[in-house]
Amino acid sequence: MSIEAHSIHKKFGAYTALDGVDLNVPQGKLVAVLGPSGSGKTTLLRIIAGLEFPDPGSGRVLFHGDDVTDLPAGKRRVGFVFQHYALFRHMSVFENVAFGLRVRRRRDRPSSEAIAERTHRLLELVQLDGLAGRFPSQLSGGERQRVALARALAVEPKVLLLDEPFGALDARVRKDLRRWLRRFHDEIQLTTIFVTHDQEEALEIADEVVIMNKAHVEQVGTPQQVYDKPASPFVYQFLGNVNVLRAPALAGAQRRGGPPDAEAQDGQIYVRPHDIEVTPHDAGGAGLSAIVRHIHAAGPHARLLLEQVQTREQVEVEISRSELAELELGVNDLVRLRLRQSHSFDEDYAI
Amino acid sequence: MASAIATTLSTRAVRAAPPRATRDPAWARWLLTAVALAFLACFLVLPIVVVFAQAFSKGGAYFLAAVCEPDALAAIRLTLLTVAIVVPANVLFGIAAAWAISKFKFSGKSLLTTLIDLPFAVSPVISGLIYVLVFGAQGWFGPWLIAHNIRVIFAVPGIVLATTFVTFPFVARELIPLMQAQGTDEEYSAVTLGANGWQTFWRVTLPNIRWGLFYGVILCNARAMGEFGAVSVVSGHIRGETNTMPLHVEILYNEYNVAGAFAVASLLALLALATLVVKSVVEWRQTGSA
Repeated sequence: MSIEAHSIHKKFGAYTALDGVDLNVPQGKLVAVLGPSGSGKTTLLRIIAGLEFPDPGSGRVLFHGDDVTDLPAGKRRVGFVFQHYALFRHMSVFENVAFGLRVRRRRDRPSSEAIAERTHRLLELVQLDGLAGRFPSQLSGGERQRVALARALAVEPKVLLLDEPFGALDARVRKDLRRWLRRFHDEIQLTTIFVTHDQEEALEIADEVVIMNKAHVEQVGTPQQVYDKPASPFVYQFLGNVNVLRAPALAGAQRRGGPPDAEAQDGQIYVRPHDIEVTPHDAGGAGLSAIVRHIHAAGPHARLLLEQVQTREQVEVEISRSELAELELGVNDLVRLRLRQSHSFDEDYAI
Repeated sequence: MASAIATTLSTRAVRAAPPRATRDPAWARWLLTAVALAFLACFLVLPIVVVFAQAFSKGGAYFLAAVCEPDALAAIRLTLLTVAIVVPANVLFGIAAAWAISKFKFSGKSLLTTLIDLPFAVSPVISGLIYVLVFGAQGWFGPWLIAHNIRVIFAVPGIVLATTFVTFPFVARELIPLMQAQGTDEEYSAVTLGANGWQTFWRVTLPNIRWGLFYGVILCNARAMGEFGAVSVVSGHIRGETNTMPLHVEILYNEYNVAGAFAVASLLALLALATLVVKSVVEWRQTGSA
C-alpha cells in the first residue's frame, strides 16, 4: 500500500512544524525520513498515522490513493512504533501483543484460541516466543522494541510507521537491530516509513531517504543519490563530514588556469574529507598549500587536520593509513591539497 | 617494604571508606531517635490512647449505648451518606481534571491547576460560608430556592457540597503528577491499535493510575469523614438530621457527656487508623510494583 502526503502544513501555536511538505512512498518500500531534531519529521509521521492532523484545509494524506486525512488513527490500519516503545507496562508481553485483537468489536474479534495462536506466531516472528509471560520492565531495550513491533503487526496494518525506532538503544544493539529490521522488511514487504536523526542508519537500510530540515523537505533520493549529489548545503553537511571552504582560495586547486567563474568566486565550496588528495609540497605545483596541524591515526582511516596557508581556514582530510605512511607526514609539515570532487551552491541556498 | 606500605595504605582506605553521614556517634543517633519517639508518643499516641480510654471510661455497655443511640446512628448514617456521594464525585472530577491537565494542551491550564489547589488554601470555615452566601436564605439563589421549596443550607445537600469542595484536591493532586510522568504514548498506541476512548481508559489509563487513584481516594475519604469546619457552617446542627459524626462529637462534648463524645470520637479515630493501615499497604504495593 502506497502512502502519499500532499502539501501538509502544521503549526503548533506560533511554531511551524511542517510547511507544505510532500511525501510519496511507493508500495512495499522502506523509506527513512531523516532530519535533525525539530525538523518536523516526527510530526509528519504522526500526521500520517492520524495521531495529529494537518492544519485545516492544508493538505491530504492518501493511502493507496484513498483519502484518509479525516480518518482517526484507529481506522487507518497503521502499525505505529513509538520511540520509547510505549508498551503497556501493566500487561505481559503476550497481552501487549494481543491488545489490538482483544479491543476489536465482538463480531470482528477472533476467538481467544485464534488470538493466542496469532500472538505466538508474531512473537516467533520477532524471535521472542520464550518471553510471552514477562512484563515490559523485565526486558532489554532491544526486546521491548521487538515487542512493540509485534504488537503493531498484530492488527495486520497496511503500513508500518516507526518513530526513531533505535533511538533509545545502545550503539551495538542498534546496529544489529537495524540490519534485522531490513531483513524483516524484505520478508514481510510492508510499506514502511521510519524516522531517524541518524544519517548512518538511514543510509544503510532505507530504499529511499527523505531529508527534512526546518519544516521542509530538502531532498528525496536513494541513499547513494543523496550522499553523492546533495541538493543543498544543509544536506551536504548533514550527511557526513564536510569542509566548507571559501571559493577564491580554491580557484587554483580546482581549475588549473582559466578564470574562476562568478559562482565559485562568491560561493562556498563543499568538499568531503575523503575527496581531498594530499601530496607533498612542490614549489610550482597546482593545489592548495596547507600546514598539517594534527594527525589522528587511530581507527580505519587517518584523519588530518590542516590549516590553509592562504586563508588560515581549517581543513579536515581523510586518507588511508598506507597513504599516510607513504607521505611520512609530521605535524607542521607543508603539503599540497587537491580536490577530487567538490560542490558549490548558490548563496541563496546557504544555511 | 613496599608491600607493607601498600597494605597500610589499603587498610587506611578501607577504614575511610564508609561515607561520613553514616558515622554519626551512637549517642547522637540514640538521642535523635528518642526525641522523635517522645514527640510521637506525646502528640499522637497519647491522644489516641486518651480517646479510647475516655470512650470506655464508663464501661462497654455505656459505650455501646452512646454509639447506638438514635442521634448517634443518624450522625453515622449522614457521614457515610456524605462520603458515599462525595468520594465517587471527587474521583470523577479528579480523574477528569487530571486527565485534562496532563494529557491535553490548552490555554488556562495553569489557572486550572491553581484553582484545584484553592480548597487547600482556603480555610474550611470560609468554604462553608461561601455556600451559605450562595445558597442561603439571604444568598444569591436563596429566594429562588425557597420559592421552589429546595433546601440546600442547613440540609444534606449543603453538607455534601461543602465536603466536596474541601476534599476536591485530593484525587486530582494525586493523579496529575503521576499522569504527567506517564505521558500519553501508551494511550496513543492503544488508539493506533484500534481501541476506542473507553477501552483506552479502562484497559490502559486506569490500570496505570490505579494505585495513585486508590491513595487519593483514601485521603479524600478520611478528610470527608472528618471534615468539621465547613460542614459546621452549613449544617445548622439539627440533631438526628444534619449532624455528621464530628458535629455530633462536639455537641455531646458541649453537653458534658464526655464519655459519649469520646465513644463517637473513638469510632472516627478507628476509621482514621484503618485508613492509615490501608494507605500503608497501598504505599507498600506501589513501591513494590514500581
